[in-house]
Amino acid sequence: MTKRYETVFILTPVLSVDQVKETVVNFKKFLKDSGAKLMHEEDWGLRKLAYPIQKKSTGFYHLFEYEIEGEAIANIEVALKRDEKVMRFLTVALDKHAIAFVESRKNRSKKAEPTTAE
Amino acid sequence: MSENSSEIRYLTPPNIELTKEKYCRFKKHKIKYIDYKDEKFLLQFVNEQGKLLPRRITGTSLKYQRKVSQAVKRARHLALMPYVADMLK
Repeated sequence: MTKRYETVFILTPVLSVDQVKETVVNFKKFLKDSGAKLMHEEDWGLRKLAYPIQKKSTGFYHLFEYEIEGEAIANIEVALKRDEKVMRFLTVALDKHAIAFVESRKNRSKKAEPTTAE
Repeated sequence: MSENSSEIRYLTPPNIELTKEKYCRFKKHKIKYIDYKDEKFLLQFVNEQGKLLPRRITGTSLKYQRKVSQAVKRARHLALMPYVADMLK
C-alpha cells in the first residue's frame, strides 16, 4: 500500500545555482526510479538557518511530497545520508489531517500566485 | 471580641487572580494538523529561550500539546527554530 510522504532537505550554500538544480533533478529522478508518484514540490530558496550546521549559516531548502511504498523510504533516506551536498533532511509520513492541510495549502498558494505575479 | 478585630471584612469579595478562562485554541478553531514548517506560528508555544511552554500557560489540550511538541522538534531539526536561544522574542 502506498502512503503519502513529505521530505524536506537542506543543501549546502557553497553550491552554485546550477549545482542545486542538478541535485534536485537527480533526487526527483531517484524518487521516480524507486516508484514514487511526485505530488508536489517547493523551492524555498536560500534561507537563514536558526543555528549553524556544518559551520554554515544558510542553506537551500527544498520540499517534496510524494506517494510511495513504505519499504522504499529506507533507500531514499540512505541516499540522502550519503549525499554530501545534503546538510539535513526530514521525511514525514502524512496522516489524513496532514493531507487535508497540505491540499488546502496548495490551493491557497495557487490563489496567491496570480496576485503576486512572479 | 479580640477575635473579631483581627478579621478583615470586605463588602465585596476581593478579585484576586481574576484570570481569563483558558481554552485550547486548536479545539476552538478545529485545527487538526500543526505544521512544522510554520515557525512563526510555533513561536507562540516556546519561551524566550526557545523552550516549549507548558500546557498550563498556553491552555492547549493534551492531545494537541503532543502535536505541538512534535512539530517544534521537527522544526528544530530543520533549523527553522533554534534548540537553544536567548532573546528569541
